[in-house]
Amino acid sequence: MEKVGIIGIGATKFGELWKQSLRDLLAESQLKAIEDAKISEKDIDLIFTGNMCSGDFSGQNHLGSMASEILNLNVPSIRVEAACASGSVALRQGMQAIRGGEADIVLVNGVEKMTDVQTRQATTGLMGAGDEEWEGFNGLTFCGLYAMMARAYMHKYRLTREQLALVSVKNHKHATYNPIAHYHNEITVDQVLNSSIIADPLTLLDCSPITDGSASVVLAREDIARKFESPIWILGSGQANDTLSLHARKSLTEIPASTHAAQRALMQAKLGIDKVNVTEVHDCFSIAEVMAIEDLGLIPRGEAGRIMEEGQTYFDGKVPVNSCGGLKACGHPIGATGIKQVWEIVKQLRNEAGKRQIGKANIGLTHNVGGTGSTVVVNVFGRDRENKGY
Amino acid sequence: MHRQSPILRWRKFPERYRLEGNRCNRCGIVYFPKKELCECSCKEFSSFQLSGKGKILTYTEIKSSPEEFSEMTPYCVGIIELAEGPKITGQITDATVDELKVGDDVEQVFRKFLAVGDSGVIHYGVKFKKIE
Repeated sequence: MEKVGIIGIGATKFGELWKQSLRDLLAESQLKAIEDAKISEKDIDLIFTGNMCSGDFSGQNHLGSMASEILNLNVPSIRVEAACASGSVALRQGMQAIRGGEADIVLVNGVEKMTDVQTRQATTGLMGAGDEEWEGFNGLTFCGLYAMMARAYMHKYRLTREQLALVSVKNHKHATYNPIAHYHNEITVDQVLNSSIIADPLTLLDCSPITDGSASVVLAREDIARKFESPIWILGSGQANDTLSLHARKSLTEIPASTHAAQRALMQAKLGIDKVNVTEVHDCFSIAEVMAIEDLGLIPRGEAGRIMEEGQTYFDGKVPVNSCGGLKACGHPIGATGIKQVWEIVKQLRNEAGKRQIGKANIGLTHNVGGTGSTVVVNVFGRDRENKGY
Repeated sequence: MHRQSPILRWRKFPERYRLEGNRCNRCGIVYFPKKELCECSCKEFSSFQLSGKGKILTYTEIKSSPEEFSEMTPYCVGIIELAEGPKITGQITDATVDELKVGDDVEQVFRKFLAVGDSGVIHYGVKFKKIE
């Protein structure tokens, strides 16, 4: 199958960006990615933009047109929505458009402007990622859904509340090394446990924050990408879907779609998970990172507590996870998250990650979840086009 | 917004008021909420009345709630495995989070959910309560 290369990346600062609108954010990341690729905007054949809630949060839909207008282009420009996986699903559409011969160069964006509404309104809007008719009606929030998974997981595998807190502690540490991260403060296990309960047993510091941000990448067909300085290659891509509601799921202690998507992506890349050097996983809540590293097969089922206590998931550990600070501390602008994960992996594979560089990285993986595991995308990236066996 | 719409709730009264699900005429799997297509690919279903008895698979207590639910906050929500097989999300009432355990037996009770909008239409539905 034809390979697709990433020739440019760009991201805004992530945070509470009071002075920047949805349009400002999208413009900034698009222009940065085009500049990074050293191309003209007129070279772009197609645009995809991942976003979940612009209608609810800014009263603005029709982001396809907004993205192309910013660049003074009349090319096809399409918005993609798959809840928190919107960015990664948009990336897959871009990749498939190139493979299908529709385009040579594609711009893929992810954007979310969240802070123009109050937290309660944001909470209601985000519940659109679940089953509104049954979960929303019962007063559930997304934190509530993941809290129920946390309780089930802790009950089954005897994970302690202290062990669970290590996810947030580690991700805040990583974020101190990432200039674009929402937070640059370290936190302790005690602070996680003593922060206010949002949905029992999860506290405020188990939750990813409400963040504004935008990220963009430029994709190119193989023969074009080869002419660029240091393209990063998409070696494999997998998506799996599952029930919209959590209650209909066969298991509450894992996300089966993560495992299926990872198997598809790794099979396409002709790689085992043990060859992956650096991983960005979807830690919308602390328990989500615990399940993700097990679902991907990075560590054995039920071992997350011990492995986190040993510090193995730090950027300088054996299984580096979320070197950018993850959704927890880099921030989680919903539609932007999937593309920001790619941004971080490209930084690592280009050896441009500064203080959080994991060492020499050849293979990176992103894992992006929509809802409670209703849509999962896993992508595998490499410095080289072919699997050299590493 | 949509949560204020009485019509949106009204059309689901048989399911929301009395836990009416459906059962595949070919393989016998019971669904709640109702399905149009069975896992066995059959499209023929009959209505099926659930007993409303089940056990708690997992639960949480919501402390930071959507705006429509602010008056009743905090409240407990769980996933209940009904005796006939389906799993369903439901509020667990008349108990604090400390009084709940995974595996507790529960039964359905008919309760008020919300009064919303300028018209103040009250939404009702099934919640669950521990069996003592």
